[in-house]
Amino acid sequence: MTTGFDAVVAGAGPAGSAAALALARAGRSVLLLERGEFPGSKNVSGAAVYSPDVLEALVPRFWESAPVERVLTRRVICVTSEESSVALDFSSRRFASPPYNAFSVLRPRFDRWLADQAVAAGAVLLCSTVADEVLRDGAGRVRGVRVRREGGEIAAPVVIAADGVNSFLARGAGLQRELTGHDLSLGVKEVIALDRHTLEERFQLEGDQGVTYEFLGSVTGGVAGGSFLYTNRESLSLGVIVEIASLAEHRVRPHELLERFRAHPTVAPLVRGGRLVEYSAHMVPEAGQRMLATLAGDGILVAGDAAGLCFATGLYLEGINYAIASGRAAGEAAADALAAGDTSAAGLAGYRRRLEERGVLPDFRRFRLAPRFVMGERIHGLYPGIVTGIAERVLRSEGGRPKQKLLPAVTGELRRAGVPLRRVLRDLWEGGRAFGW
Amino acid sequence: MVSTTLAERMTTVRFRPDHEPHIVVDGDICRDCSLHTCVYVCPADLFTLLSDGSILFNHEQCFECGTCYIACNREGAISWRYPGGGRGVTFRDS
Ligand SMILES: Cc1cc2nc3c(=O)[nH]c(=O)nc-3n(C[C@H](O)[C@H](O)[C@H](O)COP(=O)(O)OP(=O)(O)OC[C@H]3O[C@@H](n4cnc5c(N)ncnc54)[C@H](O)[C@@H]3O)c2cc1C
Ligand code: SF4
Ligand code: SF4
Repeated sequence: MTTGFDAVVAGAGPAGSAAALALARAGRSVLLLERGEFPGSKNVSGAAVYSPDVLEALVPRFWESAPVERVLTRRVICVTSEESSVALDFSSRRFASPPYNAFSVLRPRFDRWLADQAVAAGAVLLCSTVADEVLRDGAGRVRGVRVRREGGEIAAPVVIAADGVNSFLARGAGLQRELTGHDLSLGVKEVIALDRHTLEERFQLEGDQGVTYEFLGSVTGGVAGGSFLYTNRESLSLGVIVEIASLAEHRVRPHELLERFRAHPTVAPLVRGGRLVEYSAHMVPEAGQRMLATLAGDGILVAGDAAGLCFATGLYLEGINYAIASGRAAGEAAADALAAGDTSAAGLAGYRRRLEERGVLPDFRRFRLAPRFVMGERIHGLYPGIVTGIAERVLRSEGGRPKQKLLPAVTGELRRAGVPLRRVLRDLWEGGRAFGW
Repeated sequence: MVSTTLAERMTTVRFRPDHEPHIVVDGDICRDCSLHTCVYVCPADLFTLLSDGSILFNHEQCFECGTCYIACNREGAISWRYPGGGRGVTFRDS
C-alpha cells in the first residue's frame, strides 16, 4: 500500500486538474491520476470555454499563458430546414477585451496546460494509470483507490472522482445512479484545418477573434440534439450532439449525421477547402439537475461531468467552466476537511456550500426544466421547419402574388405543418418556464 | 470539402490497442436481440451484424465513449471497462 498523499484525484480533465491545483496550493500532497498518455488525450469538446472568470480565479490572466485559440466575440444560433436557415447573429465588441466572454480551445493542449499548472503548484501527476475502484476501510469509508498497476493500492483520506461522464468511481462508490440513453448524448466531432487567412476572411474575423455557431433542426434529421461549428486559430471544430436514446430509435449512424451536417447548404461553404485532421467521439451528460450525483460521501467528493455538472440546453453547452468551478470547490473543501481532521461526508460539506455560493448549483436548479424541453421532439424536429417556413413566406419576393402579412404567414405555416395554435402556445409557455421566468 | 468515408476518418486517429479487449460482447445474449442497437450507435462502426444474426465486434479502434453499453438494452450483453493505462485512443488535435 502506497501512502503519503493527503488526497488522490482521479482524472486530469479540467475538474481534476483544478482540484489538484487547489489542494496543492493549500499545501496538501496530492496525486493526480490520468488514464491517458497525457492529460487531454482522451477528451473531446466543442470546445468553447465560457465564463473565463472561473478559470481566472485560479490562474490570473490565464489567456496570456494558456493555449487558447480564439477570443469568441460572436455567437450565431441557427435554425435550419433542409434548404434554408434562420439565424440570430450576436456580436459584441465588449467580448473582445478583458475579462472576455469565452475562448475556443483544443482539449489535448488546453488540458495538458491546466494539469501543468497543478504540477507547478506541487501536485504529482501520474499518467497512463487507470483508477479502477475506490478502496474502503472497515467502516465503509472511502480511503483510497485501486489502480491497474502493480501494487495498485493508493491510500488517501480523500478521493476526488473527476473521471468524467463515464464515472465508474462515482457509480462504484454509490454516489451516481445507473445512467440511461435519456441522460446522455453522444457527440461526434471533426477538426478541419483551414489556412488562417481564408478562415479569418470567411468568418469576417479581426485578428484573434472568433465565432461559434450552434444549429438546431434538419441537420440532425429528426434525432434529438443539435450541432456546432467553432473557429480555432487555423482550424474549425464541428460536431453533432445527439441524445443516445433518440439516436438508437432513429437507427442512423452518428458519422452519417456529421456528414449530413457538413453538407448542409449553410455549413458547406464555411468548411470548403478544409482538410480533415481528426475525428473523435465522446459522451455528454445532458440531463442537468435530474442526473446530479450525490456530491459527497465519507472520504470522497465527485466533480465535473462525473457529478453530472454539465449544462447542455441548446442555448448553452457548457461543462468546462463547471468542471473547473466544481474541481476547485472540491479541492478547497478537501483541504479544509484535512485541516480540520474530518473527512467524513459532514466534514466535506464545504463542497456543496461553495457550489451554492458560487452559483453552480443555483444554475442547475434554475434551468432544471430546460434539458427535457429542448430534447422534446417538436423543438428539434418540427419548429425549425416552421420558423424557416415563415421566414420564407415573408421574405420571398414574388411578383404577381399578393405579399403576405406576418400573421397569415405564421398561421399558414402552422396549418401546413399540422400544428394547432394552442399546441404552440403551450410550448411557448413551457419554453418560458424552462428559460424565461 | 469533399465528403469523407468513415475509414478515411478513422485514419486521422491514433490507437494503441490494449492486448486484452476492454469490451467483450456476449454472443449468447446477442443471439435473440432483435434491435442490434450497437450496430447503429457506435461512432466508429465497430459492431457488425453477420448474416447468421451474430455480432462481430473489434475493439481496436474504439473511442472509449461508452455509447454502446448505454444504448444496448440487454443486461450483460456488453462488458465494458477502460483499456489499460496509456492504451486505447489518443486524441492530439481535438
Ligand atoms: C462533443 C462535445 C462538445 C462539447 N462542447 C463543449 C463546449 O464547447 N464548452 C464546454 O464548456 N463544454 C463542452 N462539452 C462538455 C465538456 O467537454 C465537459 O463538461 C468537460 O470536459 C468535463 O470536464 P471533466 O474534467 O469533468 O471531465 P473530462 O474532461 O471528461 O475529464 C475526465 C478525465 O478523467 C480521465 N479518466 C477517466 N476515467 C479515469 C480513470 N478510471 N482513471 C484515471 N483517469 C480517468 C479521462 O481520461 C479524462 O482525462 C462538450 C462535450 C462534448 C462531448
Ligand atoms: S450488444 Fe446489445 S444491442 Fe448489440 S446485438 Fe448484443 S444485445 Fe443487441
Ligand atoms: S465505446 Fe464507443 S467507440 Fe467504443 S465500441 Fe462502444 S460505441 Fe463504439
